[in-house]
Amino acid sequence: MSSVQPVRLPIAPSAPVRRFTWSWDWLGVAPFFAFAIAFLFIPAASIFIRSFQDSSGSPTLQNIFDLTQPFILSAFAVSIRLSLFTALLGCLIGGLMAYAITLGNLPRVVRSSLSSFSGVAANFAGVPLAFAFIATLGRLGMVTDWLKWIGLDLYQSGFNIYTFWGLSFTYLYFQIPLAVLMLLPAFDGLKREWREAAENLGGSTWDYWRYVGLPILAPSILGTLILMFGNAFGAQATAFALTGGQINLVSILIGAQISGDALQNPGLGNALALGMVVVMALSIAVYGWLQQRVSRWLQ
Amino acid sequence: MTQNRVWPWLWIAIGGAYFVIPLVATFIFSLKAERDTLGFLAYSNVFDDPNFLNSFTFSMMVALVAIALSWLLVVPTVYWVHYRMPRLRFVVELMTLMPFVVPAVVLVFGLIRTYNTTLLNSRQGGWVLLTAAYIILSFPYMYRSVDTGMRAIDVRTLTEAAQSMGANWQTIIFRVIFPNLRVSLLNGAFLTFAIVMGEFTIAALLAQPAFGPYMNLLSSSRIYEPSALAIISFALTWGAIALVQFLGRGNAQNLSGPR
Repeated sequence: MSSVQPVRLPIAPSAPVRRFTWSWDWLGVAPFFAFAIAFLFIPAASIFIRSFQDSSGSPTLQNIFDLTQPFILSAFAVSIRLSLFTALLGCLIGGLMAYAITLGNLPRVVRSSLSSFSGVAANFAGVPLAFAFIATLGRLGMVTDWLKWIGLDLYQSGFNIYTFWGLSFTYLYFQIPLAVLMLLPAFDGLKREWREAAENLGGSTWDYWRYVGLPILAPSILGTLILMFGNAFGAQATAFALTGGQINLVSILIGAQISGDALQNPGLGNALALGMVVVMALSIAVYGWLQQRVSRWLQ
Repeated sequence: MTQNRVWPWLWIAIGGAYFVIPLVATFIFSLKAERDTLGFLAYSNVFDDPNFLNSFTFSMMVALVAIALSWLLVVPTVYWVHYRMPRLRFVVELMTLMPFVVPAVVLVFGLIRTYNTTLLNSRQGGWVLLTAAYIILSFPYMYRSVDTGMRAIDVRTLTEAAQSMGANWQTIIFRVIFPNLRVSLLNGAFLTFAIVMGEFTIAALLAQPAFGPYMNLLSSSRIYEPSALAIISFALTWGAIALVQFLGRGNAQNLSGPR
């Protein structure tokens, strides 16, 4: 059976750091660091530096100010709305499913099949996922067709798979499994004794969840939400394949900027990429902070 | 204590329906290529298309090279961190998480801007950058999997035993450490494979003839074949993840970079 674990972020060593002394030991890790510097740090640094340069290379803040153009602000707004919405709904549904297979007294096979399936579906994103949803809910899709038989014409009533709501519905296909995988260990960590103690003290089910269960789960749930937010915020392939690049997301804009300088301004493209990294870095930092709190409860 | 099982079943039913219906619908849709009858025409069209085979082989080659290089970069590093330099653990772990902070679309943006006057001018440049980007994407999986495996074996004892019999460093790494990490290495490899095979963003923006861009291109001219490809891709992902889960120490790390 799979045992997908939530991500542990590294915790900074608290031991006093010895004075740096050169030794040949560094050679052992040199290839890894050299590779990461060449293909991760230099590209990231170049984005950072070029965000603050104009087309002739002299320093400027203009690119950052230019991010406030309505067109770009709206891309950030749509990206953030999409990520927030799919994170919240995905976490709710995934959380309820994780609850059902841990505390719901369901047969074991339900748990093992759901967690296996989640491992697959969380990794099933991008072009094929977009195809699957077009075949399901597109204008000619099967479910669209089936609903028409029973008298419900989705496209007459304004639904369209190529819009914000269609995209959200598609993103949930990898967001919900991610929530299941990340919340399973948290629900496993809820001890039966706590519930019994609450009942012995006369607490109702509501009291238990309100004062014991949810407060203990809160950091895990928040952490899951943040990770899911980032997961949707950075995604490009699914949205591109589904809408053909017709939806105004930050990731789609960056893609368009690479393939044809869509913004007519190289510096602005860098600033856009920088903005995306900043959002992602903030979310992972908050996630790391929450993780340290969670680890207290899950021991 | 009797417990009400209606709610748990309801949540599973709602979520399960959402998971299963698109797969079933896509599968049925893919069978409709022939008029008035269900059949596997769309699949045979896909398999008969030489571009399918070419792009699939291309992505597979890139995946295999990326996996091999990722092993070579990650294993010695994790070994060294475990055996000699535990203080570096924090830095190495942080670096392997970078694909989350730098999403694929930003990574490829930076790579293209950095290397467009050097590497990308040569014929092999795009291929090299594509492989390098996939190695970066594989780090979270590979590192976590190898690190877990390394915890399970006693690195120090193994190393000292090998040294006392006169083994040099290459012998220790390749003939003692690697074989002991077989399961971890396969875990990381299958996860990387699952990600690389369908990857679109990086391959498309580097204009490489990979499987992801091929699938996307097909969708502009065909109706039923894309859904056949979706089913094939799902089967492929399922296969890779199932192997990871079957290998037992299943460490299907779910934090990858967003795609």
